[in-house]
Amino acid sequence: MTAFLQQLDPVSLVSIMLITATPLVLAALGGMMCERSGVVNIALEGIMLTGAFIGYFVAFLTQNLWLGLLAAIVSGMLIATLHAVLSVSFLVDQIVSGTVINILAVGVTGVFYRTYLETATTAGPGTLPHWNLPLLSSIPVLGPILFQNQLVTYAMLVLIFVVHFVLFNTVWGLRTRACGENPRAAETAGINVYFVRYVNVIASGALAGLGGAYFSLQQIGTFLPNMTGGRGFIALAAMIFGKWTPGGAFLASLLFTGSDQLGSRLQSVFQVHVPLQFLGMLPYVLTIVVVAGAMGRAIAPAAVGRPYKKT
Amino acid sequence: MRANDGVDLAVEWGQVHALLGENGAGKSTLMNVVYGLVSPDSGEIDFDGNPVKIGGPQDAIRLGIGMVHQHFMLIPPLTVAENIVLGREIASAGVVNLDRSYRTVNDLSARYGLEVDPRQRVQDLSVGVQQRVEILKALYRGARLLILDEPTAVLTPQEIEGLFEIVRTLTAAGNAVIFITHKLAEVMEIADQITVMRRGQVVGVTTPAESKPADLARMMVGRPVLLRVEKQPAKPGSEVLRVDDLVVHDDRRQLAVDHVGLAVRAGEILGIAGVEGNGQNELVEAIVGLRPARSGKVLLEGKDITRRPTRDRLRRGVGLIPADRQRQGIILELPIADNLILSDYDRPPYERWLVRQFNTIRSAAERLVETFDIRIRSVDDPAGSLSGGNQQKLVVARELGTAPKVLVASQPTRGVDVGSIEFIHRRLVTERDAGLAVLLVSSELDEILSLADRVAVLYRGRIVAVLDAAEAEREHIGLLMAGAAA
Repeated sequence: MTAFLQQLDPVSLVSIMLITATPLVLAALGGMMCERSGVVNIALEGIMLTGAFIGYFVAFLTQNLWLGLLAAIVSGMLIATLHAVLSVSFLVDQIVSGTVINILAVGVTGVFYRTYLETATTAGPGTLPHWNLPLLSSIPVLGPILFQNQLVTYAMLVLIFVVHFVLFNTVWGLRTRACGENPRAAETAGINVYFVRYVNVIASGALAGLGGAYFSLQQIGTFLPNMTGGRGFIALAAMIFGKWTPGGAFLASLLFTGSDQLGSRLQSVFQVHVPLQFLGMLPYVLTIVVVAGAMGRAIAPAAVGRPYKKT
Repeated sequence: MRANDGVDLAVEWGQVHALLGENGAGKSTLMNVVYGLVSPDSGEIDFDGNPVKIGGPQDAIRLGIGMVHQHFMLIPPLTVAENIVLGREIASAGVVNLDRSYRTVNDLSARYGLEVDPRQRVQDLSVGVQQRVEILKALYRGARLLILDEPTAVLTPQEIEGLFEIVRTLTAAGNAVIFITHKLAEVMEIADQITVMRRGQVVGVTTPAESKPADLARMMVGRPVLLRVEKQPAKPGSEVLRVDDLVVHDDRRQLAVDHVGLAVRAGEILGIAGVEGNGQNELVEAIVGLRPARSGKVLLEGKDITRRPTRDRLRRGVGLIPADRQRQGIILELPIADNLILSDYDRPPYERWLVRQFNTIRSAAERLVETFDIRIRSVDDPAGSLSGGNQQKLVVARELGTAPKVLVASQPTRGVDVGSIEFIHRRLVTERDAGLAVLLVSSELDEILSLADRVAVLYRGRIVAVLDAAEAEREHIGLLMAGAAA
């Protein structure tokens, strides 16, 4: 039994689950701000990819990781502004607008990568440093899991609480939820629905952009085409499965990364003879199952997806 | 289009000013202008003797104008207090202070005698209580002029009395209330001043003391109106539709129809009275097969049709006028002609060898248009281009055109002009006399009382009483609708 546990190594398993959940949680938090205000953000994937690319590109040019991180966030906000302009002001179908951004992001980052980065010979900017928080990091079990991480993961953990507080305790959150449930009612209460939606969509861009920085600046220290690999969509599923709450989305994200880890460990630890490709499918299959099964019960904000038009 | 054309209106403090008119007369548009939701092309608004510019609801709120919309402007998942303070939150440093919000709402509700629980979620409240929340919302914002848009449409007679009490309290304290309605009896009871509108224009200003209901109705419609349907006593024949011990769930899988049994005979109109949301829609949908019955039976002329698909039921002689005309009654984008043959479009004579027979369709449609006095330019126009009354007549024409054995008519005159109401009512009575069984579901008690031969009262999914319409008393039915024991 002890030998088995050693081989499975639960502490490192949970730690990896948490680290790989970072971009999922950040994008899901972004999606949540957006959808709570009534705008579907299927563009999370494209925003993350853009954040990953711009973040790396700026870090590469300036050889400064912090500037890169900032650039990832700002680029996310800019792309999200495009989504807001299209879907809030010009009443474009939110799914169409989001899809346009996703396609645009793959194309543009790919071209720039091939033009400027693929053949570059300069050394990369490296990855964000690990910070072991004094005292806390030496707590057994919790220390290695929670307090020996890199910046984006710490930010993710803090933002879970921040977004929860904003949505459920502040005036802004109340107004956001009102706009997502019944924008006309919000307007008759004297709330500027467009303004609330704009700000939330742009905030979702900042969160997803930060999530994108995880891939290029925290995880591997370089940019690869399409390196987000559909994580934006899994984040959407986590948001839905988590019933549009930060805590729920966090747990749902852990479920997805857990199944991912389980897939690889099943093979190495338990010697299960299933082709690696099938085990790699696990989180995606889980996404389909969860979203199909949970859709009926999870109740979305009532006005999500519907452009609001003043009379 | 001009919804309001050269309208003048003067409202005084301490008075109830009734704005009377048919659906589409421009009452709501006028009030949306006052509340800043619609901007006028010309004209001016004076408030407290000063000219004001109202560019949006915020301006109206600042002046002290509050509005309770016909469709409530509430956020169902939020609490009563959250709904009331929304937009003018009690907060410090951007953080909502819920405790103080609850206290404020409690104070306010005590001061005006509007009882609510500030912690309850709005989605769990009855419609009457939701309306109280709406009024509190306006008062919380300091409203001194309160606009109530068709406030009685969704209330029981007792709840209406309660609302009138509130309105009287408010005006006694010096506030003004604009009461939008198309119901004459309410105007006579509550109004100090009456302004009658028709087709976007003011056609008369009067008081209840100076006018009779018939005069008001004539002003409203532009010609004399029969306020009551004339009909002979029914001569019921054999039983056509029978519902036995029916149980139906709603969309949230909650019990909506609770062991209901009823029978409709040929040549009679059975009215289902009840406040909306007491299982009427689910009952109707289960009878026509749009919603599965959990248990129990639906029988048509003695044959069990409980498990038959809708199409089959319609073919066997069930006609349906659905409550939501635009979503279930017609296909707005399709031509009038196609809407008129929607029940039979896939059978001869409208279809032969998979080819649609346009000439036959056209002449059949034109015949129905003629018979049912539907005002159109061409049967090729989309059904969505018609007025509400004509859309409804289209549905009635189609359903009666197939000569059904039983007609399920759900809210058959909702949102329809008085002329069309008269027409539809007379037509239902004529068909009854010709031997049609009619199941009439309506939340307008007046409609039930003037058309039905027997009245069944539905409360929380159960039939709490079946009464003979000739002997039924309005107040008694009202109590039953509100759930008081029979």
